Amino acid sequence: MRAPDTVSAAAPSGSSFWTGFVATFRLEVAEAFRARWFAFYALVFFGLVGLLLVFGLTESRVLGFTGLSRTLVTYIQLTMAILPVFILITTVRSLAGDREAGVFEYVLGLPVGIGAWYAGRFLGRYLLASAPVIAALLAAVIYGVIRGVRVPWLELGFDIGLLLVMIFAFVGLGFLISALTRSVDTAQTLAFIIWLVLVLGLDLVLLGALIRGRLAIEGVVAIAMLNPLQVFRTGSMLLFDPQLVLLGPTAFTVFDIFGRTGFMVWSFLYPLVLGLLTAGAGWAIFRRGDLP
Amino acid sequence: MISLKGVVKSFGATRILNGIDLEVPTGQRIALIGSNGAGKTTLFRCLLGEYTHEGAVLVGGRDPRRDRTDVLRLVGFVPQVAPRLEMPVAALMRYVADVTGGRVEDIEAIAARMGLDVAPIRGRAFVKLSGGMKQKLLIALALGRPTRLLILDEPAANLDPAARAVLFDLLAERSEVTMIISSHRIDEIAALVNRVIELEHGRIILDDTVTDAGALGSTFVVRLTTARDEPSFARAAREWGLEETGEGAWAGSVAGPDRLRFLGFVARHAGLVRGFSLDEDTASQGGERRALASSP
Repeated sequence: MRAPDTVSAAAPSGSSFWTGFVATFRLEVAEAFRARWFAFYALVFFGLVGLLLVFGLTESRVLGFTGLSRTLVTYIQLTMAILPVFILITTVRSLAGDREAGVFEYVLGLPVGIGAWYAGRFLGRYLLASAPVIAALLAAVIYGVIRGVRVPWLELGFDIGLLLVMIFAFVGLGFLISALTRSVDTAQTLAFIIWLVLVLGLDLVLLGALIRGRLAIEGVVAIAMLNPLQVFRTGSMLLFDPQLVLLGPTAFTVFDIFGRTGFMVWSFLYPLVLGLLTAGAGWAIFRRGDLP
Repeated sequence: MISLKGVVKSFGATRILNGIDLEVPTGQRIALIGSNGAGKTTLFRCLLGEYTHEGAVLVGGRDPRRDRTDVLRLVGFVPQVAPRLEMPVAALMRYVADVTGGRVEDIEAIAARMGLDVAPIRGRAFVKLSGGMKQKLLIALALGRPTRLLILDEPAANLDPAARAVLFDLLAERSEVTMIISSHRIDEIAALVNRVIELEHGRIILDDTVTDAGALGSTFVVRLTTARDEPSFARAAREWGLEETGEGAWAGSVAGPDRLRFLGFVARHAGLVRGFSLDEDTASQGGERRALASSP
């Protein structure tokens, strides 16, 4: 048979941005379901919730938190510790790895717009990074409801929102790092360094700088306000712990300056804007340079 | 179909393409030859709009960098090295069909002609396929959809003789499609192409049409010097009828229709060759000798 021979000389029909975007998004998701990183990633968060349910939904009271509130607080704090580095490393490994593996050369030799491809991969990666985290959290809530435990709906909704914007920020950072680097090794190293710098910028570490008087209070507050990890940490505890007794001194200062509502708005908007800016910068760098 | 003017591509201080000027009319079939690092793959990536570069590249009158989707709709591409795609075969075929406006059935039909039954491997990750299966599928993905330009980087690599024969049939059937085929084995594609371009250090050092009137029945005088003695080269050179005339110096003649195969032989030993000339022997035909290629 010679089926495509007749169409070889015909004018092929076009593929729009949406066709390329949807096809790339679908492919990113299909590929992830077969990837070990995604299975491990989902296993970690569901395992975490499982462990917390086993040890968390008891009558024990820890620092004023009981039942599902205690589980949520613990889950969110643990999430803050492992999620960013997980997202950064898996995202840069995937993108930089694809570049090294000749995937960019092949896929970007197809008639898919760079914008459609980039946006499709970004959204796919964002969905993949968010789904296990949120699904595990919701599983805990469903379990709690079945067990007749009081669900802190307001806090839960707020913290899910915070998780979603934090994931958005780190996926954006991952895309920027991938656009800046040409190899998996470099990308992973840079991602790890960035994560380490952010951890060092948490208020428990900043406390030391404050005590030693080496940093002005304005500097410490600025670092805390610009560090997405600290913003998430403070934001996620706002509703559970309005007095912020569990948080460090910068959180207090920030809370004093912004007030509760102001900081809640900031904790949503800042990671969102950071994610948009970093993803946008990654896109600008990527499209201007050599693609493979 | 393709127009390249002063195309220069550098990576840091290393210049890979060094001022390429090339016009390729619609329907022409080009064999792109050259040793490793000559710039073939870089040239392909410029044509696909994947690399930034100096100079101008136009495909179908459009800049593949600026109008990439419009240009790449016309292009079928087979890479030299199969990408390590983790996606299942079915998802890959669907993706290519979606973004190119093609049909999965057409891709499967070409794969079947190449001897690859897609049905049992639909759910298998592309990267898990054997080298030959990957190559057959990549060819099916490039040929099983509407194209006006085929860019094939070593398409026959990893293929068994039967699949190679089918590939050449498939290419021969696409009479109106412009093709650029890179191959180390030019003898295999000689029958398919009507122009040969050789790259060396990012420059075109040979640009010859295959179907020129003098080709059939003509003879070419060969002079070749090598940097060192190499038994495998010596054996192959003697098979071509060359005689050793001095230390590392070889001479002989090659029949016109065989000259592309011979150039392929020389290209495969490019690292060994220090000097080479191939001159049409017109003395016996009462004409002047015409140099086809020569390098110090």
